[in-house]
Amino acid sequence: MNELSPQKLTAKDFASDQEVRWCPGCGDYAILKSVQKTLADIEADPANTVFVSGIGCSSRFPYYMATYGFHTIHGRAPAFATGIKLANPKLDVWMVTGDGDGLSIGGNHLLHVLRRNVDLQILLFNNEIYGLTKGQYSPTSRPGTRSPSSPSGSIERNLNPCAFALAAGARFVARTVDTDQKHMPEILKRAHGHRGASFVEIYQNCIVFNDGVFANFTDKKSAPERQLRAEHGHRLTFGASNEKGLRLDREKVAIEVVTIGENGITEDDILMHDETDPVLAHLLATLDGPDMPVVVGVIFNNPAETYDAGVTQQVEKARAAKPNADMKELLFAGSTWTVD
Amino acid sequence: MATNLAQKPTASADERVPASLESVVIRFAGDSGDGMQLTGTQFTHSTALMGTDLATFPDFPAEIRAPTGTTFGVSAYQINFGARRVLTAGDQPDVLVAMNPAALKTNLGALKTGGTLVVDTGSFNDRTLAKAGYTSNPLEDGTLTPYNVVRLDISKMTLESVKEFGLSNKEAMRCKNMWTLGLMLWMYGRQRQSVVDWLKGKFAKSQQLADANIAAVNAGHAFGETAELAGDMSHFTVGSAEVAPGVYRTITGAESLALGLVAGGKLAGLDIMLGSYPITPASTLLHQLARLKEHGVVTFQAEDEIAAICSAIGASFAGALGVTSSSGPGIALKGEALGLAISTELPLVIVNSQRGGPSTGLPTKTEQSDLYQAIYGRNGDAPLPVIASATPGDCFEVAIEAVRIAVKYMTPVILLTDGYLANAAEPWPVPDFDSLKPFPVTFETNAENFSPFKRDPETLARNWAVPGTPGTEHRIGGIEKDFNTGNISYAADNHQLMTDTRWNKVLGIAGDIPLQEITQGEATGDLVVVGWGSTFGPIYRAVEHAIASGQKVSQIHVRHMWPLPRNLGDLLKGFKKVLVPEMNKGQFATVLRDNYLVDAIRLNQVNGQPFKVSRLTEVIDETLA
Repeated sequence: MNELSPQKLTAKDFASDQEVRWCPGCGDYAILKSVQKTLADIEADPANTVFVSGIGCSSRFPYYMATYGFHTIHGRAPAFATGIKLANPKLDVWMVTGDGDGLSIGGNHLLHVLRRNVDLQILLFNNEIYGLTKGQYSPTSRPGTRSPSSPSGSIERNLNPCAFALAAGARFVARTVDTDQKHMPEILKRAHGHRGASFVEIYQNCIVFNDGVFANFTDKKSAPERQLRAEHGHRLTFGASNEKGLRLDREKVAIEVVTIGENGITEDDILMHDETDPVLAHLLATLDGPDMPVVVGVIFNNPAETYDAGVTQQVEKARAAKPNADMKELLFAGSTWTVD
Repeated sequence: MATNLAQKPTASADERVPASLESVVIRFAGDSGDGMQLTGTQFTHSTALMGTDLATFPDFPAEIRAPTGTTFGVSAYQINFGARRVLTAGDQPDVLVAMNPAALKTNLGALKTGGTLVVDTGSFNDRTLAKAGYTSNPLEDGTLTPYNVVRLDISKMTLESVKEFGLSNKEAMRCKNMWTLGLMLWMYGRQRQSVVDWLKGKFAKSQQLADANIAAVNAGHAFGETAELAGDMSHFTVGSAEVAPGVYRTITGAESLALGLVAGGKLAGLDIMLGSYPITPASTLLHQLARLKEHGVVTFQAEDEIAAICSAIGASFAGALGVTSSSGPGIALKGEALGLAISTELPLVIVNSQRGGPSTGLPTKTEQSDLYQAIYGRNGDAPLPVIASATPGDCFEVAIEAVRIAVKYMTPVILLTDGYLANAAEPWPVPDFDSLKPFPVTFETNAENFSPFKRDPETLARNWAVPGTPGTEHRIGGIEKDFNTGNISYAADNHQLMTDTRWNKVLGIAGDIPLQEITQGEATGDLVVVGWGSTFGPIYRAVEHAIASGQKVSQIHVRHMWPLPRNLGDLLKGFKKVLVPEMNKGQFATVLRDNYLVDAIRLNQVNGQPFKVSRLTEVIDETLA
């Protein structure tokens, strides 16, 4: 506890007494640390905070948080979280899922919780593999992934979680990296500040079954050249000295990478990030190719009315219209007759 | 059962002295676009308002609008009403109203020999006859000789009666059902005002349609009053039934179930959160509860059956009463989540409006074939209480009982109803809510030595601490939990202890439910007929006949299907034979055999229809022979 303000909780205060049981070196440890730090920073009330998860390595998360927690069944966390918010809209609900849990068995529920815009934070740990079941390819595994269930290489095309979220109608979509302990808490705070379903994809390294799958853009060496941090109102630049940037090819309605100072390119040619723009969000989420950077940060943020607020309003309206609604009146509703 | 109408009324039609009847069964049958369900429900409503007891049986196709004129598109509504206690919708109609050849073809077999057939001759032509599969016209070929046939060109008379309102031909023909209703209201001396009021409300946005439909009702009624149809049809009166004094209303099973859940929530002091996904015949409950927001009811139309139950469990975790409702196929999808509710020991009510199965089966037909699914249908040792309602009105009490058990024992409870109960209507003595005993829930708020799985030593229910409460933060899930701390535990002995505890908790509920009573008859005898669910009415009548004819037969109707009432086994021992009629292949009989080593005789029927009293009487006689 901080001696100066005894009320203020620290990251440690959000850790439960349970021993964390992820593999040594798992990216989940870093995420847990970031989330605990974020809750301390935003001065979250543990009594009012609920972590809900499905099944998988990531879904063990609630056990390690000193808040309320519900470790549910495979893929269905969005439905549990929705029910929790409908029963008590004042609760601060965080949902933790993975690429298998959220996009394979639970793809339907993830779609609908985003579409409805239920007010909660969704953290999708994407490690492009099934960890808890020992390494089968997942819906985000790249084609050709060799795994126990795809010994000759997987032949399925991979799903892009942020593009999925945007297509489902999510109003807040962001991306971050497990090891980036500065960036992640900032993104989590933004997600928390957004009223509605906030979707955060976290690239998470599975050290046992898919080690290094993101190394080409998360390694300290390659990150500056291959990672682009999108910030609202700032140019979309990257590179060791921010010399590269994204430009819109207006004819193709596609994004191209250009270098400032080459071929007459100036900073003014570089796209400005507008996180309220859904078209730009889609282009950024789906950047693909050997020369393209991976965009992290808040890709889209354009709040709309939340589902739980809508439900509450309807209930309040009904109650205001019939302030004296009681059971007796309800039982005697409609036509009745008396037998003497 | 209904008095035989085949005897021509003794009072002369000319004298207009109403013949008095004890009870009558009428079946309205027409194309699914003809509005037969509306005709039936309005006739029912008018009848109920006059203090006549009744039971109904809506019987409609799964298709919303099957091709016009086909036999599979026929929709029917049967009502049995009388001046005595009515317990079934009637074995055989005394009167059949057939609005087209297909309706005649599919329903004539049900009509009593000598029964009255009212038929719209205007709908009979070569095309409609062919569509119904008739090779010759039954109105002319002698098919109808055994019946008292009233041939009316209802189509033409309806068009005449609404001519002045300038409707299109299609709109005008849609008033046919109201003309027919007017005629039937006259025939049985029912009042018209409730129908007129209802039409005004239904067509509040179109004065023209309201006026036309009211005119059609009046024209049908006037036709009955003035037509010279001596001998064919006459005016009958059906008196009021001898029923207990009190205030009554008509109610369907879905309505009384909704009221019972809301009442249960109020008695527990909890708001209700229904998570549901549309499915026939369970959607009506979702519709009912969606309109009760002012009573603290939140309804959530989920994206699928799984999300529906999961949202309800989430709501219970957060301190509301989670409810989910579905029918067999949907309940199958909810199986895994049900296991989680059992494992995390959260209260939940799961309503199954059973229909014909397996798979999609017969969506609009009734069956009670999900008993195995309810009692046994989950992975692992996963016991939960199961409770079944017997009549539409009974759904109210059963729903309250389900809520009481769920919150007192921190367990999911399955409530079984069926397609017949959900849609059938009966007069219902409105209960006195103040006389119902509240069972307020107390949430755990004491942080000291808190464990989410600390149990009440008597009920074995765990304490219930809800998010938002400081100091009782905890984590639960589907992995086995330590008996003392509630933390994850893979320890073998602990799993044995937790499995035993969950089992004992549910079995212990037997000590908290009423002892089984003999529903009818002596406590010992030659035969006991054991039933559950919607077969109550037909079994009651059949046993009543048997007792009246001197047979030593009794009836036991079970509400608590699991755990079973603790004296049930002893009661069964008082009889030489045990007969179990069920609308399935013998599921409750299996449960009885398993629990009591009793030689339960199965009587099974899965034809989508309720049991006929006559069939039960036959089997009772055979069993005693």
